[in-house]
Amino acid sequence: MKFALFLGCNIPARLTQYESSARAVLENLDVELVDIKEFNCCGYPLRNINFKASILASARNLALSEKENLPVLILCKCGFGMLKHAAYILEEDATLRNEINTTLKKEGLEYKEGVEIKHLLSVLYHDVGIDTIKEKVTRPFKDLKIATHYGCHALRPSEIVQFDDPVNPSLFDNLVALTGAESIYWEKRLDCCGAPQFGINDDLSMDLTKKKILNASQSGANYLCDACSYCHLQFDTVQKMIYSEAGEDHLLPAILYPQLLGLSMGIDRDRLGLIKNQVDITGIEGFLSE
Amino acid sequence: MFYYISLYISLAIFIGGLIYKIYAWLSYKIGVDSKDIPTSKRLSSALKGIVLTIFSAKILTLINVFFLDIILQRKVFNEDFFRWLTHILIYVAFMLLLFMHALDKFITSAIFPNYSATLNPFLFLRDLFGALVIIGVCMAIYRRFILRPPRLKTNSMDTYAIIILAVIMLSGIILEGTKIGSYSIYKSMVSDYAGLEEGEEEFKALTAFWVDKFGTVSPDLKAPFEATLLEEGKELHEMSCSGCHSRPQWAFVGYPVAKVFKGAALGLDKGGIHTLLWYIHFLACFIGLAYLPFSKFLHIITSPLSLLANSVMDKKGSEPANIATRQALELDACTHCGACTSRCSVGIIVEEIENENILPSEKLQSIKAIVTKKQTDETRFRLILDGTYLCTNCHRCTDVCPAGINLEDLWFSAREDMFQKDYPEFSILSPLSFYRGLMRESIPQTDYNRPLIQAREAIASKYELIKTPDKAVNLTPDNQELRDSLLLSDQAATFSACFGCQTCTNVCPVVAAYENPKDVLGMLPHQIMYATGLGIKDLAFGSQMLWDCLTCYQCQEQCPQGVKVTDVLYELKNLAIKNAERKVESVTG
Repeated sequence: MKFALFLGCNIPARLTQYESSARAVLENLDVELVDIKEFNCCGYPLRNINFKASILASARNLALSEKENLPVLILCKCGFGMLKHAAYILEEDATLRNEINTTLKKEGLEYKEGVEIKHLLSVLYHDVGIDTIKEKVTRPFKDLKIATHYGCHALRPSEIVQFDDPVNPSLFDNLVALTGAESIYWEKRLDCCGAPQFGINDDLSMDLTKKKILNASQSGANYLCDACSYCHLQFDTVQKMIYSEAGEDHLLPAILYPQLLGLSMGIDRDRLGLIKNQVDITGIEGFLSE
Repeated sequence: MFYYISLYISLAIFIGGLIYKIYAWLSYKIGVDSKDIPTSKRLSSALKGIVLTIFSAKILTLINVFFLDIILQRKVFNEDFFRWLTHILIYVAFMLLLFMHALDKFITSAIFPNYSATLNPFLFLRDLFGALVIIGVCMAIYRRFILRPPRLKTNSMDTYAIIILAVIMLSGIILEGTKIGSYSIYKSMVSDYAGLEEGEEEFKALTAFWVDKFGTVSPDLKAPFEATLLEEGKELHEMSCSGCHSRPQWAFVGYPVAKVFKGAALGLDKGGIHTLLWYIHFLACFIGLAYLPFSKFLHIITSPLSLLANSVMDKKGSEPANIATRQALELDACTHCGACTSRCSVGIIVEEIENENILPSEKLQSIKAIVTKKQTDETRFRLILDGTYLCTNCHRCTDVCPAGINLEDLWFSAREDMFQKDYPEFSILSPLSFYRGLMRESIPQTDYNRPLIQAREAIASKYELIKTPDKAVNLTPDNQELRDSLLLSDQAATFSACFGCQTCTNVCPVVAAYENPKDVLGMLPHQIMYATGLGIKDLAFGSQMLWDCLTCYQCQEQCPQGVKVTDVLYELKNLAIKNAERKVESVTG
């Protein structure tokens, strides 16, 4: 199993622990990752401003992957949704595809259909498989309640992303459960984290984030688990900001899925970048069995 | 005489230019924090900072950076071997030429008492270093003008740098070539060092030897020569010449030039070609020196300073005064090498949004123009602001900059500065602002909110109808133009299937977040779909719902009619921005 690892813009700049923990976990599961240095922005943040620019950005990434004959493994769900959307629209719209290719040809690239785009969780669930992963879980969690956060852009629009059942998904919950933790039910589990509005309408954004955190906490969760750069930055860095600005202590620490899985696999905490999380999660190690 | 006058004038201009530049670094205000810091405070803060850093453990960092990043150019090496080799060849060989050749009276002859420019190893080395510089310059020309990597921009500063180096090197080499063959120089040297004059028997012998072995072109003596004549010449040579002269073939670049010019050597010599070339050569050097502070070559001072400063400074711990000074210095540290642009995450979109200011290398030049007050035109200013904002803050440009410039911080400072001018910037209404949100604690609240409010108001101001919710809307004739313009994005045309069930509004988390959503948002999702279907532009574009949309896709997922609600909203956003920008262009001309 070989994939081109797509990191995007947030992870190398402010969320390096997502990269290091994902690499650690995938290495442990014999998934080979290739780095394509020329990858650029997925296009997601540009879509508000100029549709064609965002598609061009996506298409270039897909063309680069296609050149190496590799499927894309992406860690961010917003990026996943964007790449899937680009692939979908470029298949539908030949005029757009030709215009994009005229531009890409100037640098020796061509967008061709058929590049597989997979989120980390899909690769783990479908390509590696729950049973295979479970074999590597040497230190399952005990009595750990996790509020699993799916995020929006991996689930919807379902006909484009085809990630999981959009109304009652279970993929991520199953992945969390295999580590020994209990993925609890919480009312707001499929709601948006608020990240897309952060920096634009902070009140709205932080309000939504707070609502989710409160609901997760009130539902009995010890930790929140996510698998998207934006969601994690929202639940981690922004949560810290929300509560420190209010003069309060944080409510519910957030952990990235590969960090959770990695701990249960016995991977070193430094490789998983546990201390890099803004809201301290080192306490989660107390839930690991011996 | 003329030589020394022009040297001193060049030095004076050079030093004057440096002083002017240092003053500029202490005065230009970049970043909101720099506004109230006087130049005197910047100077004292800088001196204090330098002294404290040198006499601390940080000196080890500085030494490390000096050897690895400044001397060995590690950052370029890690990115692109071709660029590294080009630069090493040019700068190392040029420095060696500067010290060994240009400053030979002060440096080389002091270290080596037997020094002579025409003696080995100096003769060979001078040509070797010259050749290396020329190879480097050729590689630079190849990269910029033949290879032409996508989005690499070349400006007049880049071209000047290549030209002046080429002129200095080529004039030097051709000068050497013509001197090798020059009969007039030969005669004058023989008179001074061997005491021989033309017409004497010994003069003839020595000249025969030099024509045969040293490439001199004589008007009357030509090969082949008798062995005894050459033998006599050789003895005279060893008495008076060989102490300073190695065989000219060692000048492996200049000697072939001499051979090429051999046929015309006598004529050129009579015409004083070597004097002309000498003038070109040293004047080119002096012009290069005088103009240095105003040219790209200032980077030989500013880039090392930037690398050193950035290795020991950080946003949280350093004095605001020093950060401001450093950022002004950084504008002069850029060599326009284009490494940042080649790694820019959004570089590709310049092919669609034709604004060169999206590219980091051009952003910096534009910001420099604004800071130094060379750029005041409103339209261009807004293009610079837009280009500077179209950035994901991925930090790659900063990671690869070989001059160690903290580009990401520079963009941030420049943006906040530019926002003070109150021109609306529409790209702020996108997730590109996430980074700004993370930085909100370092921006005063009113400054933080101001550009967000301005952008929204600038867009909404066009649409009168939305402000008067009680006014009845004229439904006929409906606006086909709006419907037709929504055909770019994939599925925006699906809005026409809407039958007003309000499911989208009911599942929308943004609507649910407000007590009175209609008051805040102006229009609710289902109303926007309906308005779009009816072609009522004002209501479709003027709603705040567009900009509050989370793009969570709940509406689109749940719509029973397959209306791509979120995608329609995206399309409306794009069109609203396009229309707002068109309005700006028509106003500012």
